[in-house]
Amino acid sequence: MEPSTLSLAIESLVKVVFVVGLVMGGVTYMTWVERRVAGIVQDRLGPNRVGPAGLLQPIADGIKFLFKEDVVPPHVYKPLYILAPALSFVPSLVGTAVIPFGDSLHLFGRDIALRVADLNVGILFIFAMSAMGVYGIALAGWSSNNKYSLMGGLRSSAQLISYELAMGLSVVGVLMAAGSLRLNEIVAAQGEFRWNLWYQPLGALVFLVAAFAETNRAPFDLPECESELVAGYHTEYSSMKFAMFMMAEYANMITASALMVTLFFGGWQVPGLARLSLPPLAVSLVQVAAFLLKTGFFLFLYVWVRWTLPRFRFDQLMGLGWKALLPLAVLNIFWTSWAILSGWL
Amino acid sequence: MSSQMLVVNGIAFVAIFSALMVVFHRNPMMSVVFLIVNLICIALFFLLLQAQFLFAIQIIIYAGAIMVLFVFVVMLLNLRQEEKLHPTWKIQRILAFLGGPLLVGALWTALWHRSPSSEGFPGSFVSGFGSTEDMGRLLFSDYLFQFEAASVLLVVAMIGAVILARRKES
Amino acid sequence: MMTSFLPLVAAVLFSIGAVGVLVRRNAIVILMCIELMLNAVNLTFASYSYELRSMTGHIFIFFVMTVAAAEAAVGLGIVIAVFRKRQSADVDEMNLMKW
Repeated sequence: MEPSTLSLAIESLVKVVFVVGLVMGGVTYMTWVERRVAGIVQDRLGPNRVGPAGLLQPIADGIKFLFKEDVVPPHVYKPLYILAPALSFVPSLVGTAVIPFGDSLHLFGRDIALRVADLNVGILFIFAMSAMGVYGIALAGWSSNNKYSLMGGLRSSAQLISYELAMGLSVVGVLMAAGSLRLNEIVAAQGEFRWNLWYQPLGALVFLVAAFAETNRAPFDLPECESELVAGYHTEYSSMKFAMFMMAEYANMITASALMVTLFFGGWQVPGLARLSLPPLAVSLVQVAAFLLKTGFFLFLYVWVRWTLPRFRFDQLMGLGWKALLPLAVLNIFWTSWAILSGWL
Repeated sequence: MSSQMLVVNGIAFVAIFSALMVVFHRNPMMSVVFLIVNLICIALFFLLLQAQFLFAIQIIIYAGAIMVLFVFVVMLLNLRQEEKLHPTWKIQRILAFLGGPLLVGALWTALWHRSPSSEGFPGSFVSGFGSTEDMGRLLFSDYLFQFEAASVLLVVAMIGAVILARRKES
Repeated sequence: MMTSFLPLVAAVLFSIGAVGVLVRRNAIVILMCIELMLNAVNLTFASYSYELRSMTGHIFIFFVMTVAAAEAAVGLGIVIAVFRKRQSADVDEMNLMKW
């Protein structure tokens, strides 16, 4: 292998390990964040016994899941039953490959772009991966050969594909403003102060609500709560397969938060950083830290909203997606086109 | 064999295998899953053929929306293991199995005998070939009428599908 | 080399789809085989578009996808309507209009 290919391979490998490690670590510790914040919201302590402030609780939970008996009921359709959790988890993980977590870094004499892959259809790739994520749930519901799983899977898939539309349309405004589909160009076009949030607040709101619905979270978690109340698409799953569904949900949350930050909140931009004239390595580190902080804020927002708002009924949920968010997203497109044509943007 | 041809052969193998499984698997849901695999292989071919916009669109629309439609219908009709593949050896089936390879042969012959376009035809690619900007520019300038006609078609199909699948209140 | 290999793959996929339409009895699987044939055509368009450096093939593919989506939606609507009446999606049983 020529040296340049080899160094490219090593660079990509390091980036992949970093991003996957970050996402998996995030998934694990989101369970801790969820339970602690739930405790704060409900005026009680969350888990605080296992390790300092309960920080080893996710590890204990992981060990518990590993040791649980993996029951495969006899009536399920085994190939799809076993495939479904993986099908749910992999697209969300792959979607983080195109998200830029920093500007380019100069190390070892080469320019390292701080994202795993630079597709020129970057944002479409993320939509493609979220479209593939529907299958994990639909196939889990069907393969369980169980009335409740079927209905839960059907409802959840219907919810996911309905909100995909609103999410896609709300991003069109961002694409118009940035003039490109590449995520790092979208971030660069936002500059340090001209975040898309200020110019397209409606689009940001529609995207936020649609992202909540796409990840089956917060007030839109009817498929999930069905599993608390009656059943749901993961009723026949136990042990690590069930844990994989939960991990898939958190990984989806992380991807959606990172995307929200990239599209509307300036990504890795830090307002006022250019004026400080720090050395480039420090600038990159500050930008990466800013990106992680902003994503962390949105993850906290996810948990906060979940434990504050009551959940929607299914017909209210579908009505919101089709009758409210879709027209609002189209309105946002009109607003953005007017703003661009009048030279404002 | 160069690494690109290795990748192309690998994807082609998966595509043909999944197409065979679509046709010959008894369970309709597995046929759907294998068709999804096939569509993703086609999308990867698009990526290799410098059609990046079509790669994304193929996965979003074909593998991500049309196939979800199929999954819903199979779930709603609750079709399980069904249909022994050959309960009646009708003459149509025998002729179909014989005609398949014949069709492949005919198509291959047609492809071999097409008028040769020399390998040095237009030459290198315009930058931005297959990109979204190029597609958008063409769709809104040269092919505007077709684009608008396609949107009318989609509205008609939407209305038709809703009417067909609606429960008749009686 | 790729552009001479891919149309052959597309031809094989097209034939598999054609055989599937003729052999299977389940209406939904027949619709899926039709989608397979449409995708084989798309692949052919893409490979010739690559070879001739022309975007016309891509535009064709875009419209084929649009029409395929519309056709799949309406086709599945028909299958659902028929299934409601006759509790079966088997095309061999849909023989009311047979002479």
